[in-house]
Amino acid sequence: MEVSLPTPAQSDSQESRVIRILREARRYPVIPILILLVILIIPAIFAPWIAPYHPVDDGSLPNRLKPPVWAEGGTWDHVLGTDKQGRDILSRIIHGAKYVLLVSLSVIFVSGLIGVSLGLIAGYFGGWIDNLIMRGVDVFLAIPAILLALALVTSRGPSFGVVIFVICFILWSRYARQVRGEVLAIKNQDFVARARVVGATHFRVIVRHILPNVFNTIIVLATLQVGFVILLEAILSFLGAGIPRPTPAWGLLVSEGRELVISGKGWQLSLFPGVAIVLVVLSFNLLGDWLRDRLDPKQRNL
Amino acid sequence: MTTSTESQGTAPARREPGDVILQVRDLRTYFYTRAGIVKAVDGIDFDLRQGETLGIVGESGCGKSMTARSLLRLVPKPAGRIVSGQIILQGEDLVQKSEEEMRQVRGKRISMILQDPQTSLNPLYTIGNQLREALGQTHREGTRNMVQRAIDALRSVNVAAPERRMHDYPHQMSGGMKQRVVGAIAISCEPAVIIADEPTTALDVTIQLQYLRLLKEIQESTGLAIIFITHDFGVVARMCDRVAVMYAGRIVEQGPVRDIFNSPSHPYTEALIASVPKLEERVEWLYSIEGQPPLLRDLPPGCRFAPRCTEARDQCIAEYPSSYQLNPNHSADCWRLDSSWQ
Repeated sequence: MEVSLPTPAQSDSQESRVIRILREARRYPVIPILILLVILIIPAIFAPWIAPYHPVDDGSLPNRLKPPVWAEGGTWDHVLGTDKQGRDILSRIIHGAKYVLLVSLSVIFVSGLIGVSLGLIAGYFGGWIDNLIMRGVDVFLAIPAILLALALVTSRGPSFGVVIFVICFILWSRYARQVRGEVLAIKNQDFVARARVVGATHFRVIVRHILPNVFNTIIVLATLQVGFVILLEAILSFLGAGIPRPTPAWGLLVSEGRELVISGKGWQLSLFPGVAIVLVVLSFNLLGDWLRDRLDPKQRNL
Repeated sequence: MTTSTESQGTAPARREPGDVILQVRDLRTYFYTRAGIVKAVDGIDFDLRQGETLGIVGESGCGKSMTARSLLRLVPKPAGRIVSGQIILQGEDLVQKSEEEMRQVRGKRISMILQDPQTSLNPLYTIGNQLREALGQTHREGTRNMVQRAIDALRSVNVAAPERRMHDYPHQMSGGMKQRVVGAIAISCEPAVIIADEPTTALDVTIQLQYLRLLKEIQESTGLAIIFITHDFGVVARMCDRVAVMYAGRIVEQGPVRDIFNSPSHPYTEALIASVPKLEERVEWLYSIEGQPPLLRDLPPGCRFAPRCTEARDQCIAEYPSSYQLNPNHSADCWRLDSSWQ
């Protein structure tokens, strides 16, 4: 019986350079990286040059609540429309990127550092150290963070530092819990014992053998936390305990437009910053997935 | 590498017994748990001579692995603790050493091959990297020399094309190959004693024999002493010079491998040997020992094997027997050997 099979080699030589480059690019998460560059990183660095207006000072009341350009009554002067004070929404989003990037990176770095270190110590050494740290985690989870934030703001005034402190305060315990659990499973594997057998110190075992093995978890957790951080920051801003107005932080922008969304008069106020948040969170998650696969030697050759 | 012709037979090569390099006296390792004190190792004594292989045999959970870990002072903390005893390695008591001093002992003077090659290597590093880590504990040299040493170590455990294998990750190797690498790591710092904790249980039967032969060859060329932990009497017969039979945290009988096989003196040893299936006999039922070993946290006052022993008397249940010397090398803890029996 003759079966005609397609010859896969055929297309090989005819492939243009463009296709080859595209194929190569498929191994990298191009779209998430592009999104992050375009809406987060470039605006964060170059905001003063690329934003058409000043985010705070260029408002004018006659211009208030302009719809975006494609809606009825919109103009190219304000591509995404204006807010209650007539400030350009696009400019505010562009300037806000800086705060999003700063808050999420610093929070994730600080809370990650604290949480991962304590989780490693608790999981590896066990016993009373473990008990102490994990009960500490429980206590921290039990403290109502919002209340704490409000208390801090009343006593010290709203500031960037307070926001970072409060969010770190909530987040580090999640790292600690997750990492401790992973360490408990890893430390009983023979390679940890083997490292000890050939004379490695506890510090070396933790840093060289255990930490890299929980790194995947940390990466995934950290990228998932980005969204959470942005939302928490928004919540705090909404309650007046966040980054002080009129700083155009994205969370603040969303919450500012809240009542206008309900009344139907200014949907653009919340929608566009909201879309920006969604895209950034999604991109970070996709990037995290890719990074996790890349860090696993078993998947590296696939 | 010169291998003596003796090693080709199945019987272990007879060699002149060297000096005693490891003496264990009344070693006790207990675990303090909520349910009570688990006496994993409860007073064991043995000697190990240079170039000798001592087999430690027993059922699962009888304290074999904990004995091994105790020798390296790697008892799982914080529950486990060496409560008493001496581990004298080349004249120095390891129990008295500080953690920092112990690090100088581990790998360099006493090393260990762990049970499961699948998890004995860190999945994130190449094997060359992991070999160099072990070598780095003793040798402070340039990278080039270290790489050469690592390649030599791989060659010594018969890994083909060691230069290429250096860059492999553990998941790219077979179980037998991994266990050889683990072996290479264990011997890389030229220790005087190696503890092999069931190194072949996770391997294919065909690979097992190869691996045992390799260990034997390494022993012959370096003169190291091996403590071989296993539950397989077949392996014991092939590998060991002397055997210690463990039951519920104690060594119940020890002696030269021939004496143990030809004239087992403890009922437990007899039963263990009887449970090894024989190829040449056709049987309906394989022999097994009735009952379960006692819980290590709730040990009977008398002989620990008494509840399962077919010959046990009141005396056995009431009091633990002392050790009886059958000849200078062979001893057993059983009331049957006392003159008052019969």
